[in-house]
Amino acid sequence: MSFPVEFCVLSLGILMLLADSFFPSIDKRTLAHTAIVWLGVFLAATFFLQPSPLWASLIGFYETDALGLFFKRFALVSTILTLVLAIEYAPVVAGFIPGSRPGAGLGEFFTLPIFTCAGLMWMASAADFVMIFCALELVTISFYIQVAYMRRNMASLEAGTKYLILGALSTGFLVYGITWIFGMTGQTGLRGISTVLGMVPVASQTAILFGIGLVLVALGFKVAAAPFQFWVPDVYQGAPTPVTAFLSVASKAAGFVVLMRVVDTFLVVPALQEKLVPALGFLAGLTLVYGNLAALPQTNLKRLLAYSSIAHAGYLLVGVASVGSPAAGRAIVFYLLAYLLMTFLAFLVLIPVSKAAGGDDISDFNGLGRRAPGMAFAMLIAMLSLAGLPFTVGFLGKFFIFEAAMRQGHFVLVVLGVVTVACGFYYYLKVVRAMYWQPAPEDAPPIVVSPLARFTAAFLVTLILVLGIYPKPVLDFLP
Amino acid sequence: MSPLLFLILVPLVAAAFIMVGSNARLTALAGSLTNLVFVLVLLAFYRQGDEQPYQFVSSLPVIPSMGISLTLGADGLSLLMLLLASLVTVAAVAEAKTPEKNPHLFYASLMFISAGGLGAFASVNLFFFYMFHELALIPTFLLIGIWGSGDRQAAAWKATIYLALGSFVLLLGLIGLYLIQPDGMRTFDLPAIIGMADAGLLPEGNWIYLLLLVGFGILVSLFPFHTWAPQAYASAPAPAAMLHAGVLKKFGLYGLIRIAAPVFPDAVVQFSNLLLVLLVGNILYVGYVTISQRKLDWMLGYSSVMHMGYIFLGFAALNPVSLTGASLMLFAHGISIAALFALCGEIRERTGTLDFAELGGLAKPMPAFGLLFGFAAMAAIGLPGFVGFAGEILVFFGSFVAGEPLMGVTSGGRELFQFNNYQIATICALWGVVISAVYMLRAYRRVFFGPLNDRWSGLGEISGSARIAIAALIVVMLVTGFFPGLLVKLIESSAL
Repeated sequence: MSFPVEFCVLSLGILMLLADSFFPSIDKRTLAHTAIVWLGVFLAATFFLQPSPLWASLIGFYETDALGLFFKRFALVSTILTLVLAIEYAPVVAGFIPGSRPGAGLGEFFTLPIFTCAGLMWMASAADFVMIFCALELVTISFYIQVAYMRRNMASLEAGTKYLILGALSTGFLVYGITWIFGMTGQTGLRGISTVLGMVPVASQTAILFGIGLVLVALGFKVAAAPFQFWVPDVYQGAPTPVTAFLSVASKAAGFVVLMRVVDTFLVVPALQEKLVPALGFLAGLTLVYGNLAALPQTNLKRLLAYSSIAHAGYLLVGVASVGSPAAGRAIVFYLLAYLLMTFLAFLVLIPVSKAAGGDDISDFNGLGRRAPGMAFAMLIAMLSLAGLPFTVGFLGKFFIFEAAMRQGHFVLVVLGVVTVACGFYYYLKVVRAMYWQPAPEDAPPIVVSPLARFTAAFLVTLILVLGIYPKPVLDFLP
Repeated sequence: MSPLLFLILVPLVAAAFIMVGSNARLTALAGSLTNLVFVLVLLAFYRQGDEQPYQFVSSLPVIPSMGISLTLGADGLSLLMLLLASLVTVAAVAEAKTPEKNPHLFYASLMFISAGGLGAFASVNLFFFYMFHELALIPTFLLIGIWGSGDRQAAAWKATIYLALGSFVLLLGLIGLYLIQPDGMRTFDLPAIIGMADAGLLPEGNWIYLLLLVGFGILVSLFPFHTWAPQAYASAPAPAAMLHAGVLKKFGLYGLIRIAAPVFPDAVVQFSNLLLVLLVGNILYVGYVTISQRKLDWMLGYSSVMHMGYIFLGFAALNPVSLTGASLMLFAHGISIAALFALCGEIRERTGTLDFAELGGLAKPMPAFGLLFGFAAMAAIGLPGFVGFAGEILVFFGSFVAGEPLMGVTSGGRELFQFNNYQIATICALWGVVISAVYMLRAYRRVFFGPLNDRWSGLGEISGSARIAIAALIVVMLVTGFFPGLLVKLIESSAL
């Protein structure tokens, strides 16, 4: 038997909503724990249950390749981690939601990521612009709610509004771009488009390029590439921390999957490739420079991570600009995996520290090396991996990207990449400095970490270090 | 388990034990002594003149499709560097004063730096050669930032950013070296790459050589990328300065001798003028800067930058004599600068100042201290009897005969003599010996002789483990200085 696991995820979300409404007295965290277990089961199921290629080719808009499968697992893992973060963060959310009962409103806070997950999984397999659009909307709309979730918190509301307006704008770009491409080729399916493009006369290429440009703008919004990154810092800072993590990992990853599929579609025409690769290279360079330079002066860790997520989008775009090299696809996928591990680890440490200190500033980490050595070590590993220090998975990610880019002769991008890596060392080590150089404040409150979060952090640290030294198991497994 | 992997794991395991709460100093000392003994055993078992230069080889494939594997192996030169690393580690741990603030992190950081150095020198695969060196970056950042002195924060930032940038430039060079290999044969395995270069399979790699030169150059503080080094060494706690200046900084030159010399000999010759100008900058410009220093720690920091110039000269000349001399100097300078930084740390701990204007006459209350410092200073200058002398002589002999004559002085149609840029650089370097004698002897006089300030009359003599450690370093320099043939044989048996 074979059918898409997305249906299971969707059903899980609906069942959770029903459980939340019909059993109001249930502890919402139990609900979240149950969801984590089920998502784990689905993750295991992806190894056994796969839709048959025949079925996929029948309906035409669903891709069953290894890339799609990999990103389905990616979405499931990041949703599980988001729920772990959300359980840790639940007391903060509850404080900002008016309600008569304890735990009111928390049910949806745990359920919405599951719907997002379903959207992400559809997106991973989307092989048709209509399907891409629908999946993207499912993801984005559920994110609008999550970002603005703490509705008594001005920052969260502001973040939600900004995300809504700019997200709607980017959706507009996407639809408009799709219509241009449809108008020129008469196709919405990616395969159909590339077949038709092989036969279209050169004269209409400007129109196609215009359409691609608009789609690139929309995807640039999703992956937070400069110059479409203006929403990122405020939204990341204002959103509830688990949502920020989810947004910066899963949403970005899904954006890159779609970007890779779309770019692949148009690369069949050499004339388009000539224009597309420099455009992507330009985006990559701009994103690298902007993200890294803007991160330098940040003092708020959430904002810093927002800029760093722009910077990482830059490295990933360098990989996308290197398409054509056989190593590029693998480099991007490995980088995304590394990015998932280290970003979630950083947010996982951030939540208990900011709960204790009441803020997200880097100075709230002062003396963490003495106050909570285990958590400080986890943060140290996360920061070093984000910076790209050898023996962490983040270094290998950068190594593969640089290798792919040099193979394609993108020397300017590589040089920019190296210079910005040095910037990265500065701002990531600012956190390390706070934890180890600075003394703890006298009245520093104790850091409370739940066993689940502690276990997850240890697990992530182990993965970052082990895969940083011995990535072979994952590399064998990558599409 | 392979013996070299054991060597790398010992400090890492020691660091882990220290972090979970065993006695920090004793664990570190036990770990580093184990390693020293182990390296001596390896030296005894190393078969010189064997067909196979790399011995004790073990290999664990990591990314086979890219030719990346954790391949460890040692030839004569690597063993020499491993000996240097383990010796300096023992001395650094013995010299270390357990700080009140977080002693566990302190000793664990020292162990990590040691593991990084040992791993780099024991790696045959360039990927891990590179990776291991980076293991030392963050411990150095923490050591300078937490336990340093002076403007320690600025020093730590500057050194870390410089080293991170340098290492990524180096990474590009290594990726370039990987990509110019013919498709299908690409690997990071150094002997295989050298084999390809010998077989003429590698195209011209000038830009890769330049990347390697700049990357390694930043790590070795090649002029004009040297400014991080004096500041970092002046601010670092003594054991950190010993390990970094004595061991880690040798990584860059070791890499150039190991990679650039056999793989890109043509590029080295082609860009020799550039390198000669830079290394003369190291020797003369930094030399004069060293003379004008008013503090002992800064002076030692600059002197360590300056001495790199000689080793670069040995590399640039690219003949067996000069390369042997450069390798000897790597060892000699590592030990002498470690002894000097140890002594410098002892003085700082006693007086709280290293300003020449405030010091003076210290030999009166501390004669043994003065004697040790005298020996170490003479060794750093390269006085006959110390191993540094043998190294310098070989470098100068080698570089003086390098290259083709380019210029000549004629008189009445008859050529009086001919010379080239190597000879000019060698003469500048010889003048550098005079410069280093000037600053070392001046420092020695200003600190240990002259009128004794009353503040210092009650200073305690150097004692305990620090005394033994420094004396041992000096004995090693003397023994190898009188019998440099021991080391030269070892180096000649390596895959240079």
